[in-house]
Amino acid sequence: MVKRKYVVPGDLIVEGDLRASTNTFKIGNRIYSLRVGLAEIGNGSVRVIPLSGTYIPRVGDVVIGEVIDISAFAWQLDINSCFYGYLTAQSVFGRGYSPSKYNLSNKFKIGDLLLAKIQSFDRTRDPMLSISGPGLGPIERGVVIKVNAMKVPRLIGKKGSMIRLIESATKCKVILGQNGVIVVSGEPDGVSKAIEIIRLVESKAHLAELNRMVKELIDSWGVRDADR
Amino acid sequence: MLIDEKGIRSDGRKWNELRPIKMEVGVLKNADGSCYIEFGKNKIMVAVYGPKEVHPRHMALSDRSLLRCRYHMSPFSTTTRKNPAPSRREIEISKVLREALEPSLILEDYPRTAIDVFVEILQSDGGSRCAGITAASVALADAGINMRDLVSAVAVGKVDGKIVLDLNDVEDKEGEADMPVAIMPNLNRVTLFQFEGILTREEFEKAYELALKSVKKIYKIQREALYEKYFEGEVKVE
Repeated sequence: MVKRKYVVPGDLIVEGDLRASTNTFKIGNRIYSLRVGLAEIGNGSVRVIPLSGTYIPRVGDVVIGEVIDISAFAWQLDINSCFYGYLTAQSVFGRGYSPSKYNLSNKFKIGDLLLAKIQSFDRTRDPMLSISGPGLGPIERGVVIKVNAMKVPRLIGKKGSMIRLIESATKCKVILGQNGVIVVSGEPDGVSKAIEIIRLVESKAHLAELNRMVKELIDSWGVRDADR
Repeated sequence: MLIDEKGIRSDGRKWNELRPIKMEVGVLKNADGSCYIEFGKNKIMVAVYGPKEVHPRHMALSDRSLLRCRYHMSPFSTTTRKNPAPSRREIEISKVLREALEPSLILEDYPRTAIDVFVEILQSDGGSRCAGITAASVALADAGINMRDLVSAVAVGKVDGKIVLDLNDVEDKEGEADMPVAIMPNLNRVTLFQFEGILTREEFEKAYELALKSVKKIYKIQREALYEKYFEGEVKVE
């Protein structure tokens, strides 16, 4: 049984022999919160799901980045974070890459959007990206919107339920980066509806009845469209 | 006379009374975290940006984040125009503010980044450094930076031979002692302690106890402000 609780930094979440998981810290056997968010107590550990904050890269995250600079060996990407992402030419062209043979700007130009995976990142080095993998690579078309990265899990929903709901209700394709950058493509009407839902989820991410609110919004369009 | 025969102060407060405090979180859309505070006649806006990349690059620290604070008084914040250039006093308070906030933050979690805190005094009436720390701490929580605890601050002092809480501008200037204190209320740690003037040992202990007690009230208002934004005041603050 998971117990939930609203917390702000410094709040005592629970006292006892539990493991202090993400966004918490322990003094003796008291566990405190580091962030504003929802504390989850259960399964022998305590964690806090933060409701605010900027995106900090994590290995394995799939992010959307914009190419902002090109050097002889790598593309530099803005990944909506305090660190820039680097996509090396070697990881794109293979081991035989040499700057004299290839021109990086022929492949990706400044301003291009890429869906990439964070391959390595630690506290001493900037994140290294990779575009080898299913679905990864350049994003051709769509409307870019940015949301708070902490709200992305709610936008995905349980096993992707929320994102599937948005896609089926608006007949749009939604590409979601873990860094809070989203690309929506499809019919203009559907895109504006999808953005409306995404904004609703972003503003009400902490509420339990989020799913109901989204369904109500979608249902209200059904009525509106039927009137026409 | 700053305290009349009934023990009422120049602005109508009792010796152990705070000025009315109002706080609002997330008032600036472009900042990562922000907070507006009205502390009596003080009106202060705090903006937090970060963690973000460090410019100039050589200032970056390889093991932790660089915390930069700017305390600034607007030219219109005082009765006569204040020169907007940072004065000696403002530079010092910027440093003091940074050192009061630093212990509450876990800067090691954000190496090679910077966190900027801007404290802008829009209207001043004494005790603005304490109000600034209080608001800055809430703005940092709003920005989602890992922190051990919020920081709440209040000044105590001595006016007309009596210990008083939360000095206003006149009391600050005419009083015999002024002691701003900042505390992390859950961890019970002092992060700022300044003292100017003369107090006996007994007076000091009384003043310090008063500060410890009053900081809890300010902490409650900080929590309420955060709850208001993030949980829409849904849950009662204990």
